[in-house]
Order: sequence, then structure tokens, then C-alpha cells
Amino acid sequence: MALNFHAYANPARFMMLSRRLVAPIAMIAGVLIALGVYLALWGSPPDYQQGDTVRIMYIHVPAAWLSLLCYTVMALASATALVFRHPLADVCAKSAAPIGASFTFLALVTGSLWGKPMWGTWWVWDARLTSVLILFFLYLGYLALWATIEEPVRAARAAAVLALVGFVNVPIIHYSVVWWNTLHQPASVFRIGGPTIAPSMLAPLLIMATGFTVMFVALLLLRMRAEILRRRVRSLRLAQAGFAGGGREA
Amino acid sequence: MIRAAFSLISRDLKLAIRLGGGGGMAVFFFLVTVAIVPLGVGPDLNLLGRIAPGMLWVSLLLSNLLTLDRLFQSDYEDGSLDFLMTSGAPLVLVAGAKAFSHWLTTGLPLVIAAPLLGLLLNLAPGAMPMLMIAMLIGTPALSFLGAIGAALTVSVRRGGLLASLLVMPFYIPVLIFGVSAASAAVTAAPGDQGPRGLMLLGALTLASLVLAPVAAAAALRANVE
Repeated sequence: MALNFHAYANPARFMMLSRRLVAPIAMIAGVLIALGVYLALWGSPPDYQQGDTVRIMYIHVPAAWLSLLCYTVMALASATALVFRHPLADVCAKSAAPIGASFTFLALVTGSLWGKPMWGTWWVWDARLTSVLILFFLYLGYLALWATIEEPVRAARAAAVLALVGFVNVPIIHYSVVWWNTLHQPASVFRIGGPTIAPSMLAPLLIMATGFTVMFVALLLLRMRAEILRRRVRSLRLAQAGFAGGGREA
Repeated sequence: MIRAAFSLISRDLKLAIRLGGGGGMAVFFFLVTVAIVPLGVGPDLNLLGRIAPGMLWVSLLLSNLLTLDRLFQSDYEDGSLDFLMTSGAPLVLVAGAKAFSHWLTTGLPLVIAAPLLGLLLNLAPGAMPMLMIAMLIGTPALSFLGAIGAALTVSVRRGGLLASLLVMPFYIPVLIFGVSAASAAVTAAPGDQGPRGLMLLGALTLASLVLAPVAAAAALRANVE
């Protein structure tokens, strides 16, 4: 990897590179996910306890992993934006947030769909569910902050501070929720599978997880491109408005 | 530098006392939310006594959230925040001092009002001291974490609601450890959870005392420049 960090700071160069990269990356993601879906739905055995319901897991678990990965990317990008003022970093953080929120939402919904037949209820205040729900709130707060502060530069810096504070807080929240839950119901009945997972199930799971991750990269690049274009349009409009206003004065 | 912090705190205290509407309103809101709990869940004293620590903590959180917009907003609007930021005192110190005076004017009155409201909810008398201690230890964390949210939304018009939404997830650990410390005294049951909860609560408060002013100062710089 070429490590001149600021060589990629130029948005024009990023646009050129990303235009070439998006399609192949998206294609790899598509192939991986198609293969993963095939293996998950037809190529793997039903669980001896959960039956076919276990197939939800192949979507659910990668989505949950991605929800954390997206937040990490967002926090790292925010730190880069705050410390180095890297011009692409806040674009990256902003673009990662809705994707992460979607994955979190997907994890919650699929978990709920799995919980109904397995636990007999859509929702339990299990430690894991609760902390994912709070993670979802963190994403929503981040998006809300971006949406309310109009000026992009201000919004970017405020959102970066929020993302970093959230990043510090995620483990604390998770730990506190785990502790809270074990306090209330010491014997947790709800545990997915055993400590080991059969290879026939592990393979589709890992393929799906890789596919989701590659898809995240493709979506992130697409969203970053869109964001850069949006900012260009904004500055062009502002320049136009300023020109028109100046013209009238003169 | 310390003198600057002290004078800032005393200024905020004077403002809170002379202008009114701050801590007093929060206490009033606390009273009102506690009073509607029995109306919602029914007047069963046993049930109320069991949920009292949790309800008191939840109402305290809400009352605290309600006052967050006062933390920096009024100073931002009348321009004194600009003055504070250019005064040469480190911004971290300013943010810390503002958060501390927020605690003095809202957190502390709320804690003092809590035992009285505990009576309304049939809180066991033996649990009262523990709840008070937990609240005393936990409320500074609320003010300091809240300062981050208030600083992030300072330039947003009517940022109070947004600040509440942003800060709420950060309040959850405080709520959990605070309630567990207090309800351990109520049920006087499993193990010796009380002190452990208190210690974790203290850890949260200490960490937020150190980190939150830094984050709040960064947020202020992002918003006001």
C-alpha cells in the first residue's frame, strides 16, 4: 500500500480512482452474496434444534458485525478529520453513517424475526439486543446532528466530536447493559447455538460476512462520490448566487 | 486560571439565582413526572415501592435533559460565549466550569428533592440514603456528559430536543449503575451489588469529569468560529 496519506486527499483523484473501482467491487460483492445466499438457503443443513430458522442467522450475524465495523470506520474517519483535517475523511464518516444505521436496523429486524419462532416473542430485553438498539440510537443521533447543522464545515466537526464520544461510549454502554441484564436474570437462556458451529454452517456465514463487507466498501465509495458531487453542486450554486448578487450591485 | 473558573462558576450561580427558572423548574418538572407515575401504573403501594428507585432515576434523567439547553445556549445568544472563548482561559476549563455550575444549579437541587419524592412513591426508608448517595455520585456525570450534547447543538436553533436525543445513549450506563445501587438496597437481595454499582458509578463520573470537558470544548470550537 502506498502510504502517502495526503496523496489521496485530492477529491479529484479520489473521484477518478473510485469511478474505476466501484463497479468491480460491487460485482465481487454481488457474486459473494449470491454464493452466500445459495449456500445459506440450499447448500447448508437445517439446524437440529432450530430447523430452517437458523438460515436467518446468515443475514443477521453479518449485519450485526457490519453495524460495528461501520461505526469503527466512522469513528476512525472522524478522528482523521479532526486531527489531520483530511478533506475526504469527513465525507467518509458522513457516508458510512446511513449504511451502518441500515445494517444495525437489519440486524434488529432479522433478530426480531428469528426471536418470534425461537423465543416466542419479538423482543426481549436481552443484553445484546439492548446494546444494538442503543447503537442504533447513536447512529440516529449522528445523522440528526448532520441534518440539523446547515453549514457542512461546522456540521462535519460537530459530528466528528459526537462520533468519537460515541466510540468511547460504545464499550461502556455494552458492558453496563450486560451487567444490568445479568443482574436481572442471571441465567441467560438466550444464547445463539453452542460454542462451536459446524463447518457446513460456518462457510456460508463467512462468505456472507465477506460479501457484506465488500458491499459496504462499494456502497461507501458510491455514497462518498455522491457527497462530493453534492458539495460541488452546493458551492457552484453559492458561487452563482454570489455572482448574480454581485452583478446586481454593480 | 483557577480564579477564572471560580469567577465563572460564581457568575453562573448568581445568574441562576437571580434569573430563576433554571434549577427550580427542573425540580418542579421532577415533581410532576414523579407524580404522574402512580396515575399511569395505578396506586398500588407495593408496586410503586418496587419501581420507585428506577422511576426516580428516570425522572431525574428527564429533568436533567430538560435543562441542558441552558448550559451554553444563553451565553451563545448574548455573545458572552464568544467573549469567554477569546478571554485566554483554556476552553476546556470554561466547559468544565460551566458543567460544574450546571450540576450545582440543577443536579444538586434534584438530588435534594429526591427523598421527598421517594415518599410519594412509597420508597422504603432504608433505601433512601443509598439512593441519595448514588444520585450524588451519578448526577455530576449527567451534567458533564450533558455538556457535550449542549455544546454540540449550541448553534442549532432550539437545540434542546436534539441535545437530549444525542445525550440519552450516554446516560444509559449512569442510569443502570445508579438504579442497581439503589435497588440493591430496596430488595436487599442478590449478593452485595450496591457498593459495586456505586464504585462503577463513581468511575463513570470521574471519567466524564476528565473527558467530557475536552469533548465539549472541541464541540464548542466546531460550532463557534
